[in-house]
Amino acid sequence: MEHIRTPKVENVRLLDRSKGQRKASVGTLYLSATHSMFIENHPETRKETWVLHSMVSSVERLPTTPTGSQLILRCKDFRIFQLLLQQEKDCLDLHTSLLRLSRPEKYSELYCLSFNPNINKEERQESWSFIDLMADYKRMGVPNNLWVASAANSEYRICETYPSELFIPKSASPTVILGSSKFRSRGRFPALSYFHQDTLAAVCRCSQPLSGFSGRCQEDEAMLQAVMKSNPGSVYIYVVDTRPKLNAMANRAAGKGYENEDHYTNIKLHFIGIENIHVMRNSQQKMIDVGEMRSPSMTDFLWGLENSGWLKHIKAIIDAGVFIARAVADEGVSVLVHCSDGWDRTAQACSVASVLLDPFYRTIKGMMVLIERDWVSFGHKFSHRYAHLDGDPKEVSPVIDQFLECVWQLSEQFPCAFEFNECFLIAIHTHVYSCHYGTFLGNCQKERKDMRMWKGLYNHTERSTPPCQSPADFLSAMREESLQLEEELTNHQEVAPGGNVHHHPGSRQEDICANREANNLGESSG
Amino acid sequence: MEFSEHIKTANVEDVVLQQPLHPPSKGTLCITGHHLLFSDREEKSCRQVLLLLRNIDAVEKRTTESSGTIIIKCKDLRVLQLDIPGMEQCLNIAQSIETLSSLNCVAEMYPFFYRPSNASLQDHWGLSTPERHYTEMEELHERWRLSTVNQDYSVCPSYPPAVIVPKAINDDALKKVAKFRQGGRFPVLCYYHRKNGMVILRSGQPLTGANRKRCMEDELLLQTVIGDSGKGYIIDTRSAQQAQQARMMGGGFESKSFYSNWKRLHRHMERGKTLQESLIKLVDAYGDKSPNMDRWLSKLENSKWMSHVQTALSTAGLLAECVERDGHSVLVHGSEGTDATLLISTLAQLIMDPSCRSLEGFLRLLEREFVQAGHPFQQRCSHSAFSHARLQQECPMFLLLLDCVWQLWCQFPLALGFSEALLLRLATEAYASNYGTFLCNSEMERCALQVKDKTHCLFRALLNPRESEQYTNPLYEPNELAIWPSVHPQSLQLWRGYFLRWTQQTRHLELVQEEIRNMVIEWEKLPLS
Repeated sequence: MEHIRTPKVENVRLLDRSKGQRKASVGTLYLSATHSMFIENHPETRKETWVLHSMVSSVERLPTTPTGSQLILRCKDFRIFQLLLQQEKDCLDLHTSLLRLSRPEKYSELYCLSFNPNINKEERQESWSFIDLMADYKRMGVPNNLWVASAANSEYRICETYPSELFIPKSASPTVILGSSKFRSRGRFPALSYFHQDTLAAVCRCSQPLSGFSGRCQEDEAMLQAVMKSNPGSVYIYVVDTRPKLNAMANRAAGKGYENEDHYTNIKLHFIGIENIHVMRNSQQKMIDVGEMRSPSMTDFLWGLENSGWLKHIKAIIDAGVFIARAVADEGVSVLVHCSDGWDRTAQACSVASVLLDPFYRTIKGMMVLIERDWVSFGHKFSHRYAHLDGDPKEVSPVIDQFLECVWQLSEQFPCAFEFNECFLIAIHTHVYSCHYGTFLGNCQKERKDMRMWKGLYNHTERSTPPCQSPADFLSAMREESLQLEEELTNHQEVAPGGNVHHHPGSRQEDICANREANNLGESSG
Repeated sequence: MEFSEHIKTANVEDVVLQQPLHPPSKGTLCITGHHLLFSDREEKSCRQVLLLLRNIDAVEKRTTESSGTIIIKCKDLRVLQLDIPGMEQCLNIAQSIETLSSLNCVAEMYPFFYRPSNASLQDHWGLSTPERHYTEMEELHERWRLSTVNQDYSVCPSYPPAVIVPKAINDDALKKVAKFRQGGRFPVLCYYHRKNGMVILRSGQPLTGANRKRCMEDELLLQTVIGDSGKGYIIDTRSAQQAQQARMMGGGFESKSFYSNWKRLHRHMERGKTLQESLIKLVDAYGDKSPNMDRWLSKLENSKWMSHVQTALSTAGLLAECVERDGHSVLVHGSEGTDATLLISTLAQLIMDPSCRSLEGFLRLLEREFVQAGHPFQQRCSHSAFSHARLQQECPMFLLLLDCVWQLWCQFPLALGFSEALLLRLATEAYASNYGTFLCNSEMERCALQVKDKTHCLFRALLNPRESEQYTNPLYEPNELAIWPSVHPQSLQLWRGYFLRWTQQTRHLELVQEEIRNMVIEWEKLPLS
């Protein structure tokens, strides 16, 4: 609370630009530790607009004019609010407060750790086990005589950013795993992402090899061989490097790079050309700029869209997914996917492939399981990418946004193939950024576990049960929101082909969240 | 029949047909006076492809010594390939197709020969007539009358025999006004807004010419529409500059000094050649099969098609706004008043008038505002995007209308009573049809060729219960309010159903429509309790 200088400002004018509102509404603005709330003066409607601090991506203060001082709030879900305050001092205070509140410095400041809904312990425990990755592996038919669970990374000994439970080829010995992990960027050795029962081919993932120009590693070569052997009858595997070949080659100068086909027997190397996070960040910014243009012409819009390159990038990711899915389903050949660190483009490519290959991932629960597996458990850096904490802006990039858009594009092309609708995808998008629930907290499993340590301590302070909310709430919350949103979206214009210009009434949604009887939960299970 | 002289080879065996969405198949090809018929000889299937020769827009041929390939590009954007054994046969077939598909004698076209078993030529033709329309609109009768001044098409060749005009203006005055308007298209009523009594009129441009000619009757006619104290708008579908230039050619616009109560608004809408070229570029853009994202959007942009859609919808929105929101009557014209004028008056009615949004209402609207109002279908739709022929009067104005209606349909999925399938069917029929509805350029020509006696009516056929089911929108909920389309570029989409019609993706979308239809049927079966 110490960051709030003025908890209440009256006679504020608010313009919701993303909704195309033309006339500002007058009301009172309240600032809490977690939200900015705007309540309209109009006695009949008293419409409320809630903006979660963690959803604010930037606060801009415009030069003071005779009518007052202006703030522009840009949100991570692309909403834009324009605020006009009469007193310059209020504006300054608000600006300072919001800047600080929207950029938490510690995890403990995040909303999911103070969100304290009212439910009992059993329910919350149960809800954290709602998404059970082991059950999903079992569903795919692993472990079996080809793929086995490995304890190699228990306690995160080999690779800090990997989950503790992993599946590896049966023939891969601990020495091979250890050796391979030492030869891979950040120790991310080849592990199973998806096993295709029909063809016995698998999608595996890892990071780039530390090969440089001529380096090689016998264990790593043996590891790839083991991946191939776990697909009986196949005589080679594809190694999909999702980067543009030029980037991969440039990495060799830094002692990294890609697999040398002379050293690895029986691999076919394939580059896809998905650009890096910096290119994607700039591309998205260009898209947002297109969306912010005041009355653009058709030409401005299409040029803007083309120049942003956004759809080209989306296509590259889908291309990667299609290549992998074809290899696995049509050719019955296993695929090993990597990029540089193996936690951005690799996650995108593997999860798009899973959606293409397995109808389960096109259900609501399946999509959650998929995100939990390929993104959460395999160490996608949620906190960095989606700026949960004040940090390096160069680490921020719309990686999962792109995955969600790929799924949206697929659902547009195959409208009967998905159990969920667009609102579900938008809701996931919002929650990835909002940190309303603990699901997307931190950058990897280990960090989440460590957090529990100090959260335990935190529990001992005066607050009784700091809750991390669970996937089950997430599910029920999302269903509820989906329904609400669906109603609103019925008359709402369709999302632009870019799929990026969505915005939905914050007030309604936040309301639901605030009132919802949801789980109350201290620590995650396990 | 004389057709036979163009057919040197009527039958060819062992022809391989490749068409979109189907595997290649081998069979017999047969050419008749109006059709290309392919029947498949595969075991257990007896697929037939019957293609109206009129539907063929361009023919390309490649021959070797022993065989030949003909690529047929249709006006419905389908591309077929025929592999024909024997060079000579191939050349003969290609030549027959080329000649027969470009015959322009209307009286010999297929609609005059089409005799479906379930319909008789004695059946009622058309859905309505100006007379019936007038009789039904009782609100009109106080101030408007039905004039038969054009009974013999002598006053305005492109108007129907009866039109609705202000009661206070007699037929002699109308004749004078007709002389002052291009093509004799004097201002007539095309829409009456029940909510506030305002109207939409349309006409050709006034022939003021370089020396600012006036016509008292014309001024009086317009004055009568708005009364002494009223104010009206004139929406000119040309830019102010174009309207100025038109004066040099004898055309012009209503000057402020003589039409003081009318406010002119200029909105530049493309027409004619520009629009046709836009369609050609668009079709060309997606015809490029390279799976490359890079240039697709710029090609789409470069075709300007989406801009034309946007302009059409926003001009129609402006027209509807003048009538519904500002409460003023509006006169619409461009130069001839047979293209862009009809486009926006039709769209505006769809926006404002709930009775135009049912399946039958929409077809009536098209009949009234496009067919009877004299849109020259024959000239505009004689070729589509593939033709190599030199452009003459071709212009996809009707297609643009259907695209705009589709945009409305997407933005208001519940408000329109018809389905996308209807729009697709209309888009196809306008270019090549078994029916006489889109033949000729005006009612006068149709009358001369006895189209209504010798052909069948498409609109009637579409409303036939067996057909109409697929053309209704299962989600339709009649809505009394105006449906204001968003014309932001973000809100407009490429009409995939039409332009990407022969791709797999569109099949998936068709499945969805089917699924929705089945769900609604299932849902309706449920007991209400």
